Amino acid sequence: MSENQTRDIGKFFFNKRWWILTTVLLVFFTLWTAEFQQANTTSVLVSTLRHSTPLVLGAMCGLLCERSGVINIGIEGQMLMSAWGGFMVASSSGSLLLGVFAGIGIGMMMGGVLAGISVGLRGDQIIAGTVINIAAIGITSFFFSLGRTLPSGKAQVIKLGPLADIPVAGRVLFSNKPITYLTLLMIPTLWFLLFRTKWGLRTRAVGEHPSAAETVGISVIGMRYLNVIMGGGIAGLAGAYLSLEAVGSFERGMTNGKGFVALAVMIFGRWNPVGAWGAALLFGYASAIQTQFQFRDWLTNDPQFIGIIPFVVTIVVLAGFVGRARPPASIGQPYSRE
Amino acid sequence: MSSNTLALEATDISKTFGSVKANDQINLEIKKGKIHALLGENGAGKSTLVNILFGLYKADSGVVKVNGDAVDLGRPKDAIDRGIGMVHQHFQLVPVLTVAENIVLGNEPANKASVIDIDNAKEKVRELAEEYQLDVDTEATVEDLPVGTQQRVEILRSLYRKADILILDEPTAVLTPQETDHLLQVLKKLASQGVAIIFITHKLREVLEVADEVTVMRNGQVVGSTTPAETDESGLAEMMVGRSVVLRVSKEAASPDETVLSVRNLCVEDDRRLLAVNDLSLEVRSGEIFGIAGVEGNGQRELVETITGLRTIDTGEIFIGDTSISEFSPRQISELGVAHIPEDREKHGLIGAHSVADNLILNRYYKSPFSNRGIRQQKAIANYAKDMVDKFDIRTPSIETPSSSLSGGNKQKAIAAREFSHNAKLLVASQPTRGIDVGSIEFVHQQLINQRDQGLAVLLVSAELDEILSLSDRIGVIYRGQLIVTADAADLDRNRIGRIMTTGSDSN
Repeated sequence: MSENQTRDIGKFFFNKRWWILTTVLLVFFTLWTAEFQQANTTSVLVSTLRHSTPLVLGAMCGLLCERSGVINIGIEGQMLMSAWGGFMVASSSGSLLLGVFAGIGIGMMMGGVLAGISVGLRGDQIIAGTVINIAAIGITSFFFSLGRTLPSGKAQVIKLGPLADIPVAGRVLFSNKPITYLTLLMIPTLWFLLFRTKWGLRTRAVGEHPSAAETVGISVIGMRYLNVIMGGGIAGLAGAYLSLEAVGSFERGMTNGKGFVALAVMIFGRWNPVGAWGAALLFGYASAIQTQFQFRDWLTNDPQFIGIIPFVVTIVVLAGFVGRARPPASIGQPYSRE
Repeated sequence: MSSNTLALEATDISKTFGSVKANDQINLEIKKGKIHALLGENGAGKSTLVNILFGLYKADSGVVKVNGDAVDLGRPKDAIDRGIGMVHQHFQLVPVLTVAENIVLGNEPANKASVIDIDNAKEKVRELAEEYQLDVDTEATVEDLPVGTQQRVEILRSLYRKADILILDEPTAVLTPQETDHLLQVLKKLASQGVAIIFITHKLREVLEVADEVTVMRNGQVVGSTTPAETDESGLAEMMVGRSVVLRVSKEAASPDETVLSVRNLCVEDDRRLLAVNDLSLEVRSGEIFGIAGVEGNGQRELVETITGLRTIDTGEIFIGDTSISEFSPRQISELGVAHIPEDREKHGLIGAHSVADNLILNRYYKSPFSNRGIRQQKAIANYAKDMVDKFDIRTPSIETPSSSLSGGNKQKAIAAREFSHNAKLLVASQPTRGIDVGSIEFVHQQLINQRDQGLAVLLVSAELDEILSLSDRIGVIYRGQLIVTADAADLDRNRIGRIMTTGSDSN
């Protein structure tokens, strides 16, 4: 048994060698820069985490849906609606917490819309997602009004006692805002749920081979509704993060494509929450570096050049590291028993 | 007969799909500890009936009683809860999950927080496997397993659920003779322990060997019940089809002429880039049928795809007549006179959304008289299609009907019509009678023999050993991409072929 475990661990490291190598390189690079430019390194890392949070949340929404067999390209719209709804509730009630709950609730409702069209009515999942995206832009723009503010201000940093005083790591990991902490907790939790519990096994079975799941007594329709609505809730949390924690107000189209990048993050991460986190950090890191370049007036004659950094990273990673990703087998297909 | 010996009782079951009565007032009684064979042609309604019994379909009317109680089987869970287990024709296993995960799925051993105890699951599966001598590796991923093993996983899953009524839908269609024998032993053992077994098949030999009772269905109705003691193969076939059937194809000795197909030291990789065909050589002469026997997945598909130009040659050569086809496209090969009946007719044989007429001219739509300077000649196409429909007895509402709405047998007849009217020198026929009714099988077999007698060279690939044995003049047995033995059909018997195709060795 222990020999088996040793072998499994060895296999794990071999299979993930590129990820591990990349991570080790990035960590060393960071430590090296931290040697002589601690302040900058810290701010790059802080901003990496900040950029990665909505992406990994969006990716977790996507993988929750896709693991059960439903493509969700409406993440962008779900995030936008929740960012708007969360902000409206928080600004009228004065309670950030209420705003976050409203954001999650609206996300779940949007998930319900997607599930209703694509699972209940067996409509086309891509069209259902697109409907959500278009509707979200329309609705949030129509009800958008300038001048609203958050009476309580945006969410504040919570320092985790002495941990926050550790150089670099303290600022990066232990001085964050509530939704960021929550996200960091959700990643391993979702991984555990997906790969170690009844719900997770059944979700994966439903996404791979729904009729097999049905024949062992699992309700395919029920599982898909559940997962798509829960996924909507997570996208809602991402929306609340944007308006209530990151920015502190609502702007038209403030999701700015993050819902779509989240889909790429999900695929990078191979439909695995931990993998998605790694992918989101990579995207976040690229965005953070880009911001740093702009701060320092490096290459300011060619700002477009700096702007392409995240995309170059995307292409390099896609071409070199990801290999062939294999989506759940039944995604995109409505399920009916007869 | 007292009611407590009845495990399952179905009364007046009816089910209609559209305008088709799939089940019409079916009555069925299954006794505990007995093997009950359900026999019938494709489309007779057997699968519909058992899907109703398993809760996958809902009957329009009728009553199902399990152990004497009337039950409502609205969904599979209801059936599972009543102790009904089913081994499906198309395996209902999740390919990416492990054997243990597949078996416990839906009824997982778990703690209160619903975290799965996977070691416990593996242990339970191992115990079951040992008890019933159904050897499996609990940690293997299902997609990596051969079909015979996958079927064991399905049976174990039902046993894990403590099924005392076990339904098997055409379980032997995918098995080798040895695997079939083993399965039949397992079924007998289960029956002796009191499990009631419903065994669907259209292989008469198996029915006579293993069944205690037989119910025969035709066109959605029960046409008779009997026991193996009271009947024989031709009696059962007659009940199934409603007329007497020629089970053995009668044919003259072959008179082979010059070599049409010559495969020399061929190596081909499969989709995963593993060697699928390994240094294989064979020759097929005009006027003979060369049968390739083997368990599916031993390189037959790759061999056929390479000969028809759908897959590239790794090393070695293929000649049609004197022409090497290494660099030829599928169309060039087709124009050399190679006809192809592909193994998967839905995917590779027909374009489902296109009309029967268009499918009949699929291999020469671009030629005169069907096309004139790139314009389709509707009249010529229609006349030709009507001709073919009559000649090959393709039952279709019209030649404009989409081919996807034909029955399996009629689809196969349409493909045969297209490929046989091709002035071909070589026919590559892959599983030409898979899943079609006895009447159509008879027709296709007769056509193959007729074409052979007119000088066609036929390469026949089939998983049905009986088909290979009754049609072939020469037989090659394939194992892991190699032809282990090539011999005249007269020199080989069932058992020897079965042994070679499972073990790859000819010695005892």
